[in-house]
Amino acid sequence: MTEHKNPSETGDALIVDGLCKRHGRVQTLENVSLALKPGERMALLGHNGAGKTTLMKLILGLWSPSAGQISVAGAVPGSSEARRASAYLPEAVAFHRALTGREQLTLFARLAGAPVKSVDGLLERVGVADAADRRIGTWSKGMRQRLGLAQVLLGKPRIALLDEPTSGLDPISRHDLYAIIDEMAQHGTAVLIASHALTEVEARTDRIAIMRKGRVVADDTLARLSARAELPIRLKLTAQNDDASEVHARLGGKRINGASVELLCSPENKMERLAHIAALGDLVVDVEMAPPSLEDLYRHYSGEDRT
Amino acid sequence: MIARVLAVAAAEIHIARRNLWVLMATVIMTLFALALTFAGAAPTGALGVDLLTVSVASMTTLSVYLAPLLALMMSFDAIAGESERGGLALLLTYPVSRGEILFGKFLAHIGTIALAMVVGFGAAGIAAALSGGAGTESILALLRLIGTSILLGAVFLALGYALSAAVSSPTAAAGLAAGLWLVFVVLYDLGLLGAVVYDNDGFFTRNVFPWLLVLNPADAFRLWNVSASENVALANGMTGVAGALPAWSAPTSLIVWPLAAFLLARQVFRRVQP
Ligand SMILES: Nc1ncnc2c1ncn2[C@@H]1O[C@H](COP(=O)(O)OP(=O)(O)OP(=O)(O)O)[C@@H](O)[C@H]1O
Ligand SMILES: [Mg+2]
Repeated sequence: MTEHKNPSETGDALIVDGLCKRHGRVQTLENVSLALKPGERMALLGHNGAGKTTLMKLILGLWSPSAGQISVAGAVPGSSEARRASAYLPEAVAFHRALTGREQLTLFARLAGAPVKSVDGLLERVGVADAADRRIGTWSKGMRQRLGLAQVLLGKPRIALLDEPTSGLDPISRHDLYAIIDEMAQHGTAVLIASHALTEVEARTDRIAIMRKGRVVADDTLARLSARAELPIRLKLTAQNDDASEVHARLGGKRINGASVELLCSPENKMERLAHIAALGDLVVDVEMAPPSLEDLYRHYSGEDRT
Repeated sequence: MIARVLAVAAAEIHIARRNLWVLMATVIMTLFALALTFAGAAPTGALGVDLLTVSVASMTTLSVYLAPLLALMMSFDAIAGESERGGLALLLTYPVSRGEILFGKFLAHIGTIALAMVVGFGAAGIAAALSGGAGTESILALLRLIGTSILLGAVFLALGYALSAAVSSPTAAAGLAAGLWLVFVVLYDLGLLGAVVYDNDGFFTRNVFPWLLVLNPADAFRLWNVSASENVALANGMTGVAGALPAWSAPTSLIVWPLAAFLLARQVFRRVQP
């Protein structure tokens, strides 16, 4: 059974400090430090092979670090307290093909010390109740992914590590998944989500960490990351009579097609630039303004050689 | 701890049942045991023992081959398979020790083997008793055969887990399992036989060979069944070696082997980084 502790008295759900991992001669993690508070949702971004999955395996105690410390709800990774406090959704969930969904989840519930009665409710909640008594070998990928999510919800973990949880899910299922993540966070579970789906995590997480070649190159809220990056705002102007030459001649920028011009400007110069545009009067019929997207930020932080 | 072991065992029984392992193992044992029993009906008169005794003697030889084979076929995939599918990493994030996982699987597998042995040898035993007669001694020999066959199965289950944990792919584990079976069941005896022939009844044959024989669990199994029953020994032609060893040697070997092999498997499993 899970015991209810007051999050404020137990502190951070996860602390990673100075973590290094080498695989033979390859350094896969280098001096990684992170902290997650109860109820915080953090997106973990990074190119293929950046070390996201490696970091999760170290946090789970499946692999041992070459250097550095990890504390999972105050416990050492791999200890039974840490295992009880954490939940994991692997990158490619694979269950035994010969087991039914109910049998598989019952096994996990009994191992986690969660009531076996909760299994039915969880299968219902992730939407696989109808298939519960069929072999998992006959399930679709998305259904297996949902079963993987169901086992994350067992026993109210203090921290959930989700490795690309939306891969293979249809749009509605993705929405459901984030609803479930939100609910977990509301109950005080810290959630770390490794993902390549930038637009999804942009809207549904509190903080963003970006990894590059085994290092954490950014770790902050989206707002502060964009402020620090000082990326330009994109202004798209639509010219009168579909003729952009006049506008382009007066304001510069880049012509996109015959009718539009794109301008880049820094946040401080935004109002000044808008004033120039307004001064053109009827020449401009429409202005679209796009603040830097997470993709721009991601390119900025992961593309440059900064440490 | 018990609850977690039983949880793993329950899941593993579902798998064995659905993969038709339980059915196949039982059917194979029953068919072979019945066939041997009726094939053995002929020499009964010559030896002056009841049919069940002859049947137990030939089923002992059968079990030396089949029990390790069934056990290895069930166990070689136990860890390598889950590791390759990726399920092992998830399982190991749960608060369950590797020893508990291994023991849970072991309970389910040994249960399957025990069922096959009891049904197979039991059916053959009943058939032999009904058609050719049985005595207290031959019934005891049958029970001993069932018990020792389960122990022999346990040895090779545990050895199968050890090699399944030692390699990363089920294919490699399958190859190793075949090699292991060949070495323990065939090559070891052949090697010893060659040494005995070369030695020509010298010091080696009289003092070293019996001990080397009993060190192999498959031979210990044979020796235990033979030395415990004179009649079975007679029917099996193994009286010589059985007499050269103290009575406790074969049972000790066959009881220590499963324990040692299980500890080895747990040790190897602990080093796996999924
Ligand atoms: N068992 C291993 N042995 C050697 N190298 C490994 C091992 N596991 C991972 N690596 C290396 O560690 C690096 C990080 O891999 P990891 O799986 O953590 O990346 P990732 O960020 O999860 O990538 P992806 O987005 O593709 O899932 C890679 O260069 C990979 O080759
Ligand atoms: Mg990964």
